[in-house]
Amino acid sequence: MAVFSRGFTGRRHEQNDALPPGQYLTEDFPVLSAGPTPKVPTDTWQFSVRNENDDVTTWNWDEFQALGPEEIHTDIHCVTRWSKLGTSWRGVSLDRVFEKIDTSFEYVMASSYGGYTTNVPLADLLDGKAWIATEFEGGPLDPEHGGPARLLVPHLYFWKSAKWVRGLQMLPTDEPGFWEQNGYNIYGDPWKEQRYW
Amino acid sequence: MTSTWKVGTVAAIHAETPTARTLELDVPDWPGNLAGQHLDLRLTAPDGYTATRSYSIASADSGPRVQLAVDRLPDGEVSPYLVNDVIVGDELEVRGPLGGWFVWRPEQTEPVQLIGGGSGIVPLMAMIRAHEAAGSTARFRLLYSVREPGDAFFAAELAELERSSEHLEITWVYTRKTPDGWPTPAGRVTPAILEASTISAAENPTVFVCGPTGFVEAVADILVELGHSSGSVKTERFGGA
Amino acid sequence: MMSHLDGNAIAGPLSEIFGADMTMASGRCGGCGDVSPLAMAMVYLKPNAYIVRCHVCDTMLIMVVESRASVAIEIEGLDSLVIPR
Ligand SMILES: Cc1cc2nc3c(=O)[nH]c(=O)nc-3n(C[C@H](O)[C@H](O)[C@H](O)COP(=O)(O)OP(=O)(O)OC[C@H]3O[C@@H](n4cnc5c(N)ncnc54)[C@H](O)[C@@H]3O)c2cc1C
Ligand SMILES: [Zn+2]
Repeated sequence: MAVFSRGFTGRRHEQNDALPPGQYLTEDFPVLSAGPTPKVPTDTWQFSVRNENDDVTTWNWDEFQALGPEEIHTDIHCVTRWSKLGTSWRGVSLDRVFEKIDTSFEYVMASSYGGYTTNVPLADLLDGKAWIATEFEGGPLDPEHGGPARLLVPHLYFWKSAKWVRGLQMLPTDEPGFWEQNGYNIYGDPWKEQRYW
Repeated sequence: MTSTWKVGTVAAIHAETPTARTLELDVPDWPGNLAGQHLDLRLTAPDGYTATRSYSIASADSGPRVQLAVDRLPDGEVSPYLVNDVIVGDELEVRGPLGGWFVWRPEQTEPVQLIGGGSGIVPLMAMIRAHEAAGSTARFRLLYSVREPGDAFFAAELAELERSSEHLEITWVYTRKTPDGWPTPAGRVTPAILEASTISAAENPTVFVCGPTGFVEAVADILVELGHSSGSVKTERFGGA
Repeated sequence: MMSHLDGNAIAGPLSEIFGADMTMASGRCGGCGDVSPLAMAMVYLKPNAYIVRCHVCDTMLIMVVESRASVAIEIEGLDSLVIPR
């Protein structure tokens, strides 16, 4: 039997149609790290996509920037219940990336420098819904926030926006990544409050 | 060591500093605790949402009364509730006592250096109280760093102990504002201060360091430079910058 | 911004799993072989999980996942864990 704490509601939740259920607004950009922050210089950074035939397409920093970054304005929602509205990013759309990739697999495992993985259906990465972001609010993305480059999939909870992203692996079926194996929802839709098991 | 959640009732509250309060809980099945242990405290909202945080225990008695002292962090989720909203008679869920590492036992006879920053005094206070209560003659030295005089927890009790205790010595460090007429300007703990005002490595003290993570890291690094072995420096990081 | 804590901070969830204080249990790191009490490890907080890393080499030793309904532990990088009696 739970003992309710008189008058305790968690952080104050505002009425705002842009906020998914159970979220509150923050002006900060809170950081929850699972370990030391990897430091990846852009001159050794690489990003690669591996398809079902084990063909690997790799870009270095300059090659990747040549794909043509764009401005992104979006809201972001963290599973720890904070949301930030109207954030500005700059990054390369995954539509640009997948123009170069030959695959019929429909699921993706993103992996990061530092070793974490997270799974996302390919459909959630295409049609202007996801980017590899390298700038935040007009400056290079801080290592704390996933720089030099992080996945940005803002319509899902923010753990899907893998920090320090280094590659994508195409998969025939949806398999749970590191966090998903450890209690996080396999998909992570903030509007359906798909937080934990 | 008990691990299940128990319900404590807030029995008394008093202001500790402008941003911190002491809460005394009566926890019926509390088995007593060692000096330096903590408990986990869980709040539950009407929709079932819960938030759990750890709090050190300032008391070191055998009875059912547990004293906590909580500092309010700006925009925190739990500490503003505990500092602003909780009233006597409220029920709070706790799990503990917890931890066997960051503790001082009255059987210990080696010199002890305590170093606290802000609310990091809480488990050290339990050790000081246990040391007094046991009539221990082990040498105790406390270095307590606060922003300004009004931010000191347990100020009156520490002042009294400073006068009365033969085995406790206290050094104050003010990081932002000193009392009037203080001999040194306000500033953070430096290697020179630690060297001058703490028990030296040569005396093989056990050192307990507690406070915000940044404070603990800075102090622990200096202590190792001053020759303390990392195994003799016990740390309790409270989180934060 | 929350930075890491000491191993002590997970005494609570671990005591629910083991029914005993585990912070004094000594673990051997699979990464570097260091043997230390869990209390000396570094703990990083995630929304429903504690990540415990070796204080020497950062290897992830264990992960504790806590929810209202359960507490689960995953041994990630510990070669052995000796629990004092
Ligand atoms: C072993 C141990 C013992 C402790 N003992 C004590 C003690 O005796 N006394 C004491 O006062 N404290 C103690 N602490 C610290 C305590 O557990 C809490 O961390 C502290 O009270 C802050 O909790 P909170 O819920 O108020 O803040 P949180 O909500 O956890 O936030 C902490 C800080 O980070 C920022 N922040 C974090 N997440 C977000 C977010 N999503 N959005 C915006 N901002 C965010 C907040 O602004 C705040 O300043 C101890 C900690 C440990 C590990
Ligand atoms: Zn190691």
